[in-house]
Amino acid sequence: MTLSPSLAANPLISSWLTVRADGTVTLRVGKAELGQGIHTALAQIAVTELGLSPDQLEVAPLSTAASPDEGFTAGSLSTQVSGAAVRAVGAAARRLFIEAAARRAAVPASSLTVADGAIRTPDGEIVGSYGSLAAEVNLDVDAAGAVPASMVPAGTVPLAERPAQSDLTRIDLPDKVFGRPRFIQDLELPGMVHARVIRPPLLRATLADIPEERLAGLPRAAWMVRDGDFLAVLADREEVADAAAARLRGSAKWEPADDLPEESRLASWLRDQRSETLVLAAGEPAAEPGRPTPPGTTASASYSRGLIAHASIATSCALARFDGRLLEVWSHTQGIFPLRNAIADALGLDKSDVVVRHVEGAGCYGHNPADDVAFDAALLACRTGGRPVRVLWDRAAELGSGPLASAMTADVTAVLDPDGSVRNWTYDVWSNGYNGRPGYAGNPGLLANGYRSGGSALPPSVDPPLASGLGSGRNAVPPYTLGSARVATHRLLSMPIRTSAIRSLGAHFNVFAIESFMDELAAVAGVDPLAFRLARLDDERARGVLLAAADAVGWGQPPGAADTGLGLGYARYKNTGAYCAAAAQVEARESVRVRRLVLAVDVGRVVNRDGVRNQVEGGAIQAASWTLKEQVRFGPEGITSLSWETYPVLRFSEIPQVDVIVIDRPGHPSLGAGECTAGPVAGAIANGLFAAIGVRARALPLTDRNVLRAIG
Amino acid sequence: MPVFLINVNGERARVDVEPRTSLLTVLRNDLGLKAAKFGCGQTLCGACTVWVDDRPVYACDVPVEAVGDGQVRTLESLGTESAPHPLQRAIVEGQAGQCGYCLPGVIMRAAAFLRDHPAPSRAEVAEALDPNLCRCGSQQRIVNAVLHAAAEAAR
Repeated sequence: MTLSPSLAANPLISSWLTVRADGTVTLRVGKAELGQGIHTALAQIAVTELGLSPDQLEVAPLSTAASPDEGFTAGSLSTQVSGAAVRAVGAAARRLFIEAAARRAAVPASSLTVADGAIRTPDGEIVGSYGSLAAEVNLDVDAAGAVPASMVPAGTVPLAERPAQSDLTRIDLPDKVFGRPRFIQDLELPGMVHARVIRPPLLRATLADIPEERLAGLPRAAWMVRDGDFLAVLADREEVADAAAARLRGSAKWEPADDLPEESRLASWLRDQRSETLVLAAGEPAAEPGRPTPPGTTASASYSRGLIAHASIATSCALARFDGRLLEVWSHTQGIFPLRNAIADALGLDKSDVVVRHVEGAGCYGHNPADDVAFDAALLACRTGGRPVRVLWDRAAELGSGPLASAMTADVTAVLDPDGSVRNWTYDVWSNGYNGRPGYAGNPGLLANGYRSGGSALPPSVDPPLASGLGSGRNAVPPYTLGSARVATHRLLSMPIRTSAIRSLGAHFNVFAIESFMDELAAVAGVDPLAFRLARLDDERARGVLLAAADAVGWGQPPGAADTGLGLGYARYKNTGAYCAAAAQVEARESVRVRRLVLAVDVGRVVNRDGVRNQVEGGAIQAASWTLKEQVRFGPEGITSLSWETYPVLRFSEIPQVDVIVIDRPGHPSLGAGECTAGPVAGAIANGLFAAIGVRARALPLTDRNVLRAIG
Repeated sequence: MPVFLINVNGERARVDVEPRTSLLTVLRNDLGLKAAKFGCGQTLCGACTVWVDDRPVYACDVPVEAVGDGQVRTLESLGTESAPHPLQRAIVEGQAGQCGYCLPGVIMRAAAFLRDHPAPSRAEVAEALDPNLCRCGSQQRIVNAVLHAAAEAAR
């Protein structure tokens, strides 16, 4: 068992836990609650390891002033990395308290047990508790030193033997169901000012001078702040700020500093740009100039997908207060420490003079505008004489000014030998980078910093390295035994439309392309798609999820209705994370509808079974929405899909039935569940569409327009 | 600024705002009732759904001057943790949420729907909730919770 990177960076137990004399325990973590339920899962690990009842533990809100630095909450790593740290810290603290109780009672520590915070002898006599020993146990010790990793309970009890009641229910849900303020949008600070920012319609543009007479129409109670091309209005009342922003938006003239590609030529535009090539698998390509074409049937196809928006249900919000020395920021960021560092860097402040506190926002699926709005608030708070500033983005900005998931296109070729083997798999994918988070590429990465005087423009986004699961190349290497494969990503070196991380990064598209092409090859070979995959999958866990999903969906049975078909998709997330197979029942009549999705997942040891199911279910529904409907629209003037009408997502009546099968692997480390479904769902839906009506749609989303184009 | 007297959650509230100020802004900023949420300001997501005279409305689209004698109800008055509305109980029991930002609007619309349709089908529930968006993918659980609450009420 290797040490969790979170624990290596924050080794002291006291960084994570505070035990009070009343027996209550505070758990501090660096992973943010984004609606995924991570604080519930981490609380469950902590109470299990410490031997507490759930009401004896609270999870503290994150703050750079007090929380352990765990970087970003991203990549489906929180349960794995933070969970392992909390498990080790909990086990270490439990041991220290048991040893202290043993010393007091002069009994062997090995004879003592702890439950509900009370430490007991085998006879049931209480010889101490967390509360009674809180003053004498020193937690300023190295957790890994107090309990070697090998002694941390591996927790290999199968789910079947763990009572379901031992799973915590979501600790944040009651507040939300009973209407208590909990979100950052609900937060008020005394004397705060409301601010709105006026954005250009495209990433790079300069603001022409605003004639004085145009400002005359602003509400008297509002005032304007301009810093270079950064423009904002402030008012004591929110609706006044809104009205002033609407007025300024109509008056501000922007000079575009970039040409946007033509939307209808997006895929070929991606191929034409200057790019940086990264070879992920260096096998022999299927065909190379000057080399004889190998025997067998060569199959080729090109796939593409447009840009996707985070489209959070709330618009991004932040508050900030600057007293002349200390800058405090309240944010729903995914990374309080990277954001703090980026803000300090951009404003030339000392890191110790910036505190970022996390407050829950609406569901977050990657690098959304949370960090940008926090910097908006920070900038403005420096100009209000100490009054706190609250900034809220509007819906148009949320859909059009935040980072997006890049458009992608891929070419794939393979040779199918007469004996049925596949070789010379060749895959090339073109995309903008998937990471422009604060601090990446040495830039603060904060939108307004590119507009204000003396700031620095946002550089083109990069891709995370292989150790972090790649970006454009995430899951680009096929999981199948295919002889030699050549896989390369081509990351664009220019970025007229801003891109960054969104749930699963490149995996949604890459798995869609790979799984579609696997079905195309199976059709050429005349082999059932399930059998075709199984013949090329050696990993028992991979086969396990694929067989489970196929079995549950009724694979191989005749379709229940006309124009209906079943499709499969499989991937192991990042090729190192959770295993997921999806089976889709797709109906294609007036338009494409998914009637049912079956997801089979193997996330290793399950921490909280309903938490896993909820993440898998939600991930699958979101992926179905991306695959069926979602596409950012734009014209020469900028992004045009700025409302829920022009950027539609699946509504209640369009949601498929979703069935989730969780395969318990108690002996294996826990793996994140939130992102593993994205690619398999996309592949399964495209393959189900082919099974339904024989149409191979190679461009996402599967809108009527794209499907009609595929029909020809 | 003009003064408006409006009825909110059974009490008379006095607010001093411009007539075009939205009911959502008044509820959240003047009356401190934060349950109803801002999502789009365009009646396209349902996050701001509250009741006026027992009918669901988009609070972002109702100017305070139009409220008149209408009885406004927000999620804060629907139930409490010790005495929850059946739908609130069903949502907690079914863990029917992820981020939960959409839930106040969803619950208000669904509760109004259940009052008029005590024994709905799954498709009817889904259709009734179409004005409300959920981005986390909790729709199936939410529909299950509405059906569960209906079944409980019928027992």
